[in-house]
Amino acid sequence: MTESKLPTSPVVTEDTAYFWQAANEGRLLLKHCLGSGQAFYPPREISPFTGLAKTEWRDACGRGTVYSFSVTQRHGSEHCIAYVQLVEGPIVLSALTDCDFDKVQIGQPVRVVFVATANGQLVPMFTPQKAK
Amino acid sequence: MSLKNKAYIVGAYEHPTRDAAGIPLARLHAEVAAGALADAGLTIADVDGYFCGGDVAGWEAPGVGPFSIIEYLGLNLRHLDTTESWGSSYINHVAHAVQAIEAGKCRVALITQAGRPRADRKTPESDHQGQRQTAFEAPFELPYNAVVTNMYGMVAQRHMYEHGTTSEQLAWVKVAASHHAQHNPNAKLRDVVTVEDVVNSPSVSSPLRRLDCCIISDGGGALVVVHPDVAKSLDRPLITPTGAGFNVKHLNGGYFDILASGGVKSGAEAFAEAGVTPQDIQYASIYDSFTITVLVQLENLGFCEPGQGGRFVADGNLISGVGRLPVNTDGGGLCSNHPGNRGGMTKMIEAVRQLRGEAHPAVQVPDCHLALAHGTGGQLGGRHGSATLIMERV
Repeated sequence: MTESKLPTSPVVTEDTAYFWQAANEGRLLLKHCLGSGQAFYPPREISPFTGLAKTEWRDACGRGTVYSFSVTQRHGSEHCIAYVQLVEGPIVLSALTDCDFDKVQIGQPVRVVFVATANGQLVPMFTPQKAK
Repeated sequence: MSLKNKAYIVGAYEHPTRDAAGIPLARLHAEVAAGALADAGLTIADVDGYFCGGDVAGWEAPGVGPFSIIEYLGLNLRHLDTTESWGSSYINHVAHAVQAIEAGKCRVALITQAGRPRADRKTPESDHQGQRQTAFEAPFELPYNAVVTNMYGMVAQRHMYEHGTTSEQLAWVKVAASHHAQHNPNAKLRDVVTVEDVVNSPSVSSPLRRLDCCIISDGGGALVVVHPDVAKSLDRPLITPTGAGFNVKHLNGGYFDILASGGVKSGAEAFAEAGVTPQDIQYASIYDSFTITVLVQLENLGFCEPGQGGRFVADGNLISGVGRLPVNTDGGGLCSNHPGNRGGMTKMIEAVRQLRGEAHPAVQVPDCHLALAHGTGGQLGGRHGSATLIMERV
C-alpha cells in the first residue's frame, strides 16, 4: 500500500466516475466539447462553451507546462500548488510532486503522475519532464 | 446612464472592535446598524430595505440566516437583497440599493456586515473550503488542498513572470497601508513598516510573505442609502453613487488569464456609467486582501497600463499627501480591519469618510469629491466576484 500524500479523497459522482476509474488505471481523461472541439476542465457532462450535453471523454497525453505555482510550508513539509496548462489547452488546478520546489519555473514542461489519496483513490499531479 | 442623484449614502459606521469575543454575531450587526442609522439621523423604524451577505448569521445558518438577523434587528421590510459575492458583496449592495430605491421598492436601505473569525477561531480556509464540498469542481480541486494564500500567490508569481514585478514593488502596497494606519487609533497594526520589513518577513505562500497578507479581524460596518426625498430631510453631506459595475470571473473550462480579474469588466462598466475616467478619481478604496490584489486591481481598473502595476505602487505613490493616488487611507485590510475575512464594507466606509472630509486630517485628500471603491470577493487566482462603485459628493 502506497503511503497517501493527500488526506482528502475526491467525492466520486455518477457523472465523473469514469474519470476516477481511469485515474486509478494511470490515465488522464479530458472532456471535449463536440460543438467547439475544445477540451475543458474540470469535467462535466454539459459543455461550458455551448451549454449542451454534447461532450465526450478522450485520453489526454498527460503533458503540459507550469502556468503558475505557489509553495506553502505547512506542518513541517512543503506543498506546491500549480496551475498546469495541458497540451490539449485547458489550465488545470493541481500540485507538483517529486521535484525540488526551489527550482520550479513558469513554462517548465511537466507530465502527469498519479498520487494516492486517503481512501486509495488516485488523483493526477504533475512532475517535471526529464531533460532529453 | 449615470446613477447620480438617484439615491444618497447618508449613514456610515465602522465597528471599532477588532476582537469581538463576548459580542455575538447578531449583536455586531445590531451595533453597526445602530451606528450607521444614528450617523444618518434615522432610526431602525425608518428602514424598509435590508441588504446583507449570505453569511449574515454565520455559514452554519445559510438560507434562513437573513431572516434570523432581520428578526433580531426588529426590521419591518418591503425589500430584501442577500446577493452574495464574498467580500465584494457590500459594494454591490450599494448599487442594488440605488436600483431598489429608484424602482420604488424601498426608501431607506440598510446594509450591514459583521464577522468574528478571531473570536470563533476560524481560518479563511474553513470559510472557503468547508462549504464547497458539493460544488461540481470540488472533487477536482479539494484533494490538492490549495490554501487561499496559494490562490493569490499564483497571481503574484505569474505577474512577476510576465512583467518582471518584484517583491519590493509588492511591499510598497503594505508600506503605504502602514503609513495610513499609524493615524488610525482603531487599526490592528499601527507601526510603520519598510520595504525591507516586508520582504524579510517569513514566506507564507510563495512569493507572498507574511506582511503581504491582510490581517484577520472581528468587527463589521453598516451603510444607509436613501431616496432623495429622505436625504433632503436630513442634515448630512450628500454622497451619491454615480457608476457601478459587477462581474463574476470564473475558470471558463480552463481557458483564462490569471492577471485579468473581474475588475476589468466591473471597472469599465462603472466608469462608463459615471462618465469619468480613472485619472479623475481623487481617492480609491481597493480591497487589499493581499498586496498583489491591490496591484492587479489598479491595472485592471485602468489606473495604469497592464503590467505597470509594480511601478505604479512603488515609491509611496499610494500614500496620501505623497503619491498620485491615495489608497486605503484607514490602513486597509493590510493594517486596520478585515472583519469576517470580508473587506468590501470597510472599503465603502473609508471612501465615504474621504468624500465627507471626515478622514483623519493626516490622510484626508483635500477637497475630495470623487472616489472609487472596488472589491474582489472570493479568490483572485480562481473564481471571484468583482464590484466597483464610483461616488461623488454633491
